Amino acid sequence: MSDRPPIRASDEDLRVVEALRAGDEPSFAMLVDRYRAPMLRVAQMYVSTRAVAEEVVQDAWVGVLRGLDAFEGRSSLRTWIFRILANTAKTRGQREARSTPFSSVWAAGDDEPAVDPDRFFPDDDPLAPRGWRSLPARWDAIPEERLLGNETLDRIREAIDALPANQREVIRLRDVLGWGSAEVCNALEISETNQRVLLHRARAKVRRALEAYLGEEGPS
Amino acid sequence: MSAPVDMNCKGLVELVTDYLEGALPEAERASLEQHLAGCEGCSAYLEQMRVTIALTGMLTEDAIPADGREELLEVFRAWREQTSPS
Repeated sequence: MSDRPPIRASDEDLRVVEALRAGDEPSFAMLVDRYRAPMLRVAQMYVSTRAVAEEVVQDAWVGVLRGLDAFEGRSSLRTWIFRILANTAKTRGQREARSTPFSSVWAAGDDEPAVDPDRFFPDDDPLAPRGWRSLPARWDAIPEERLLGNETLDRIREAIDALPANQREVIRLRDVLGWGSAEVCNALEISETNQRVLLHRARAKVRRALEAYLGEEGPS
Repeated sequence: MSAPVDMNCKGLVELVTDYLEGALPEAERASLEQHLAGCEGCSAYLEQMRVTIALTGMLTEDAIPADGREELLEVFRAWREQTSPS
């Protein structure tokens, strides 16, 4: 989609860029600490090994530094950094002559229902066609120490780790790191629709994992 | 105006992300909200989804090995050497 709302650089972005141009190492270290992990994961989607992905990340940072003078603030700083990363990774992936085309990296693939179809009455049910056969539980009755417990968070982490790579990176950027949808689309160069499908499937699976876990033992 | 959109539970769960993202066309949004108001199961589902998103937001990034970090700082120092007027 071409009419994404532009996300311009924030005042903080501009301050950081100024500091970098002036050679301020702590500002650079801060960016590295913040983005190195997600950059490494996105890079791994385009190249074959972790070691190559680490080289890609390093090359991307070199590209960021070399491009600093050209940064005009027409996108957020992190969007700009990730675009440099994606381009670096693609160039490197091409050199590796990988077998999967890049267009398939973010492809959503076949339809997958958000909820097990057995949870609903059939289409031709006389009373409640396509209605809930078994209602989802209300989670507001779950004690907070269980809902917010480490084990709950572990289950979410496991569910995210088990996702296909493209769903995993989209939900991480959106829901773990809290990026906006326009930023993610710009950084990864994917359409809003594509991103929403990936996010939808990712969230649906995380919810299912939570439902399975939280339903294991009733509030005792 | 478009005709009212027929909404059912099985279809609604597939629209939840579009709804939360503000991406639903007006007619569909209205019909979804009308369905929600009368459907216990779908309200619970939407609430579960909101909780799922909030809990996911409590995760932190996986730790990554520290070794590559120093190399990147070296890259920065080398770049600074090159660009600073000396």
